[in-house]
Amino acid sequence: MIVFDKPKSLTDAPLHYCPGCTHGIIHRLVAEAIDELGIEGRTVGVAPVGCAVMAYDYFACDMVEAAHGRAPAVATGIKRAEPSSVVFTYQGDGDLASIGTAETVHAATRNENITVIFVNNAIYGMTGGQMAPTSLPGQVTQTSPYGRDTKLCGYPVKICEMLSQLEGPEYLERVAVNNVKNIKRAKAAIKKAFENQINGKGFSLIEVISSCPTNWGMTPKDALKWIDDNMIPYYPLGVYKDRSAKEAE
Amino acid sequence: MAKLTFKTDLCKGCGLCVEACPKHLLAIAKDKINQKGHSPVEITDQSACIACAFCATMCPDCIITVER
Amino acid sequence: MAEKVLMKGNEAIAEAAIKAGCRHYFGYPITPQTEIAAYMAKRMPKIGGTFLQAESEIAAINMVYGVSAAGKRVMTSSSSPGIALKSEGLSYLAGADLPAFVVNVQRGGPGLGGIQPSQSDYFQATKAGGHGDFRMIVLAPASVQEMADLTIKGFELADEYRMTAMILADGTMGQMMEPVEIREDAEIKTFDKPWAVTGTKCEREHNIVNSLFLKPEELESGNIARFERYKKIEETEAMYEEFMMEDAEICVVAFGIAARVSQNAIVEARKQGIKVGMIRPITLWPFPKKPLLKAADKVKKFISVELSMGQMVEDIELAVRCKKPVELCNRVGGMIPSPEEVLAKIIEANGGKN
Repeated sequence: MIVFDKPKSLTDAPLHYCPGCTHGIIHRLVAEAIDELGIEGRTVGVAPVGCAVMAYDYFACDMVEAAHGRAPAVATGIKRAEPSSVVFTYQGDGDLASIGTAETVHAATRNENITVIFVNNAIYGMTGGQMAPTSLPGQVTQTSPYGRDTKLCGYPVKICEMLSQLEGPEYLERVAVNNVKNIKRAKAAIKKAFENQINGKGFSLIEVISSCPTNWGMTPKDALKWIDDNMIPYYPLGVYKDRSAKEAE
Repeated sequence: MAKLTFKTDLCKGCGLCVEACPKHLLAIAKDKINQKGHSPVEITDQSACIACAFCATMCPDCIITVER
Repeated sequence: MAEKVLMKGNEAIAEAAIKAGCRHYFGYPITPQTEIAAYMAKRMPKIGGTFLQAESEIAAINMVYGVSAAGKRVMTSSSSPGIALKSEGLSYLAGADLPAFVVNVQRGGPGLGGIQPSQSDYFQATKAGGHGDFRMIVLAPASVQEMADLTIKGFELADEYRMTAMILADGTMGQMMEPVEIREDAEIKTFDKPWAVTGTKCEREHNIVNSLFLKPEELESGNIARFERYKKIEETEAMYEEFMMEDAEICVVAFGIAARVSQNAIVEARKQGIKVGMIRPITLWPFPKKPLLKAADKVKKFISVELSMGQMVEDIELAVRCKKPVELCNRVGGMIPSPEEVLAKIIEANGGKN
């Protein structure tokens, strides 16, 4: 009996990600959710600009590649055009929390009935390791070679905390994929974010704390530990908003 | 009986599965190189595997199939 | 045919878009085109459509990209600075071969400029819609009736050639009221869109709407294929109107509001015995090069009448291959040349004789 296999909603294309990059895990969790909910035939994904730019080759459902940061606007269009489609975006931190902040905030405040997968690895990976809106104070990157100086470039953007102040969004949760336990939690959150859309509940965003061994300059193993030691203390995991659960109380 | 199958040519040798295995049954095969030029993972003792799928859960490249 | 009703130019665009099957409108307020958004906000909810005021022009054009990717007719409208913000999206639409219908009711620039009529986005529309190698079909109405007709035509052309069709109007055309008759739905062409992301239904390979091609050979061949299509459009879709050109020795070239002013000046010049006519481009891209080149063998001079510092004049010079002089008659910044000013220019071009 097969206990574990690649989900059908992933294609056979080999992933281009660096060794140990956790993008692959997050792709798989999204694909598993699609498989389990039986929605592959009506799901449309929106790929970002960033490391996941070629996500359109990896997901077996219909896919659209968006301009940098514009995925929530593109997803809005797709969903409004065909409300029976299940529409998700897959975006990194530069895409979602820097150049696309306006699109993110407004899709959330409209409670647009879409699912947003937000991969936060605190760095611009595709362009070679520049400071991201979510880079930690003191974090050394190519464009913060002396460490992120909060006096010069301010503080990291905490997307879940920020969006939780809005009336609009249905569901906001921050998860991580640095160990088996966290991955199981992440899977449940991602699946719920899709279920919310199917049930017409509105905007769900799952922030996934992810690693970038290459640009963090660490082994894959050390990168996962760095998430525990540095990322999670700054970006606490948990549910930041769950309107339906609150209303049910 | 538990059985692990690897798509060895897709392995990038990152070792996340090695760390995840509670039975310490996985290792990077230092003496082998796959099509991608990486040293791939291999199982040292198939008979001791408990099919917990922790390795597959951690694998970013979906190369592990777990059977029981 | 439908009955004639009195409408503003902006409203005629909106109603014609609905007739053309457009059920999705996204926009951001900017003068002088806001009537289009206001009209859509009223009408769309009544006919099961979507009106959405986006957070920015950038978001609006990307919502257009999403609807178009899903295979539905969709539009946005704006005015000059807003269209500049949409440039990114226009380029992506071109790169992904998606149809879209966009309206630019121009105002003066550069920068925030002013809110009065202008034609100074000619370059932007016909040559520099965004980064990369691409074209947009640019339609220049000169009456409220044409605002409606070219809107329907624009949706048809956009779908047929999988590209953006843009109405390039100005504040006067948008605000002007005239009787208009809108084509019936049954006459409107539609096209199959097997490339659309409507869900695979688990019955076909996944569709990918994309403008990223990292292999240079692929990007090159995609661009070449697109330009083959553009070549066909240049050969078959150029539209223009001739006015009193049979015996003309001076040819005025003007579009939109400038053409209406010029027409009055030409009628007056004819009364004074000057043999002057007009070629009015209706499509600015494809530019009606053939009739202009033909006219170059007959006329002594061309006069480009524009509400810009001289943009279309360059295309006229190219079209007539510098066989005859091309002069410029223009006002800018929201000023419109009077018929008297155009007449004076015609008289000057006629050697000062009238």
